[in-house]
Amino acid sequence: MANIDEASTAVAPDPAPGRPTGFLFRTFEAIARPAAAVLVALLSGAVLLALNGFNGWNVFDVMLFGVFQDMRSVSEILLKAIPLILIGVGLCVAFRCSIWNIGAEGQLYAGAVAATVVGVAFEGLSSWIYVPLVMVAGAVAGAAWAGIAGLLKVYFKASEIVTTIMLNYIALISTSYLVTGPLKDAASAYPQSAKLLREAWMPRILPPTRLHIGILVAVALAIALYYFLFRSSAGYAVRVVGINPHAARYAGMNVGRNIMLSICISGAMAGLAGAFEIAGVTHRLYQNISPGYGFEGIAVALLANNNPIGAIFSGGLFAVLRSGSELMQITAQVPQVLVSIIQGMVILSVVAFGVYRFRSTARPQ
Amino acid sequence: MDDIVSLGFLATTLGATWRLATPLIFASIGEVFSERAGVLNIGLEGVMIVGAFAGFAAVVSTGSLPLGFAAAMLAGMAVGLVFALFTITIKADQIVVGAAINLLGLGLTAFLFRTYFVSTGRGVEVARPIDIPGLSDLPFFGEALFRQNLVVYSTLVLVLVAVLVLYRTSFGLTLRAVGEHPKTVDVAGRSVAAYRYGAVLIGTGLAGIGGAFLTLAHSNQFVEGITSGRGFIALAVVVFARWSPLGAFVVSLLFGLFYALQLQLQAQPALNIPYQALQMLPYVMTIVALVMVRKGVTPTMLGVPYNKA
Repeated sequence: MANIDEASTAVAPDPAPGRPTGFLFRTFEAIARPAAAVLVALLSGAVLLALNGFNGWNVFDVMLFGVFQDMRSVSEILLKAIPLILIGVGLCVAFRCSIWNIGAEGQLYAGAVAATVVGVAFEGLSSWIYVPLVMVAGAVAGAAWAGIAGLLKVYFKASEIVTTIMLNYIALISTSYLVTGPLKDAASAYPQSAKLLREAWMPRILPPTRLHIGILVAVALAIALYYFLFRSSAGYAVRVVGINPHAARYAGMNVGRNIMLSICISGAMAGLAGAFEIAGVTHRLYQNISPGYGFEGIAVALLANNNPIGAIFSGGLFAVLRSGSELMQITAQVPQVLVSIIQGMVILSVVAFGVYRFRSTARPQ
Repeated sequence: MDDIVSLGFLATTLGATWRLATPLIFASIGEVFSERAGVLNIGLEGVMIVGAFAGFAAVVSTGSLPLGFAAAMLAGMAVGLVFALFTITIKADQIVVGAAINLLGLGLTAFLFRTYFVSTGRGVEVARPIDIPGLSDLPFFGEALFRQNLVVYSTLVLVLVAVLVLYRTSFGLTLRAVGEHPKTVDVAGRSVAAYRYGAVLIGTGLAGIGGAFLTLAHSNQFVEGITSGRGFIALAVVVFARWSPLGAFVVSLLFGLFYALQLQLQAQPALNIPYQALQMLPYVMTIVALVMVRKGVTPTMLGVPYNKA
């Protein structure tokens, strides 16, 4: 199994051979570069604010410290981290296979719809059965939605970048149809579904806060997928296909099957995130249940250099940034979209600082 | 129901087709140049929305439409310069950088719009239709083809110039060579990087104009996310058009038809189709187009950074 791990470092060829490679140095590298990238992104956010007549210092003050006020605000950050970690971790697997799944947002909605359909259906079911059932429904729906793009890629060579994005729009428009039509709560004037049955709600782990078991599931799945990617032969095949599909084919690996596997894993994680949003946070389906977690998840994976364990931390960090930008909107009327700008800057600086070193010889199309 | 088959309906739909295709024509012909040189710009959506916002902001502050479109083109190219710097000079992954450009474009325009414009609720004077004397009064074709605004007419010039430049000039030949066999260009003593920068700037400049069409002609103001996926659809148009400017023009018109049908059929309550089903049409057709296209003509070096050594 040791060779597998060595092969994983071959993914990111050492740019400067001969420099120190000890454990401490690697740990320092693994933390210092992403930290520098995030600082540069925050700095550019601060400059943007200052140029437009806001208090630039606010970015650091609020985003890094202001959001940690009490137990409630910390739990709200962790609540936001759940979908970000899940989606980011799933995308690590897809990106390692050089599958550019940009459709996590749509897969999240597919999972949310499935969780809603299941979550309102079975009266009298015990929580012990109902909660896992809702989670499985979300994951399966997300995997199936992503699987469409996978099949089109494998059988028709249709670029998954474009098809997953188109499937995003189709999922969002379908949700809008469902909450105004077939799934609409007859008792409500708003376009939203009925409330999920109580037994289908995610158990809370830190009452009175809203934090639910999703955070534990997310961390556990991150660790599991790390072991899958870097410690199992199935994960090894996924990565070889990602680095060089031709070599993988010569080595007797089934390229199509690995593409399907990796895109469906990422879809399942996004679908699970959607199920958690429905069964853990909103308890009903409506049009805008996600503020763009699916797109944010891309930045989460990239900042982690497509490492699922790293994605736990980058997901947490992006949750802090999101909470911070909400707080800044409330306290200083700074438009909350600041968070997308900072995310974009994080990706650019991640590239510039060489945090993201994964490179494939596969063509993007 | 009788409305649907009437000549009037067809004429309106045909006219709307060309108009709604215009942003796609600009963006996809630009992207043909970029991809022919080997650079895949996934950030097209972000570039278009920056163009849409810059054009709108420029017209609000100067009142001049030509300045608005010029500003949109320059803003698009500015974004293109960032993209080129990262993908050509730093040789970063084109998809990763493109994803960042999309986030930045959507975020930055929404941020600036909310900071400066949202409370004003102002619209701008849009590009007016120009009747072609003699032809605009023709039955049927008059309304469809000869009562458009200048930007729509200019797509004809654009496709002509694009075809000539790409296939009949030494610049075009070299540009295509850069996407097929950059080493040859390098050995011949020309800079691969310079040609790729040029191709990206052409692509993003045109995408900026395409975006501005949405705020300065199609509607009269900026709305967050106004491009609603047109940049991504343009990417699919280029594939479906098999990297040909003329093909991009024709395929864009096809997508213009889907947009036009969507609008026209929504105005037909008698049909009783949920409006969401019509809204989906361009997105579903994009997937269908990608599935139908024959493969094998992709520029060889598409998406691959060039290393001199």
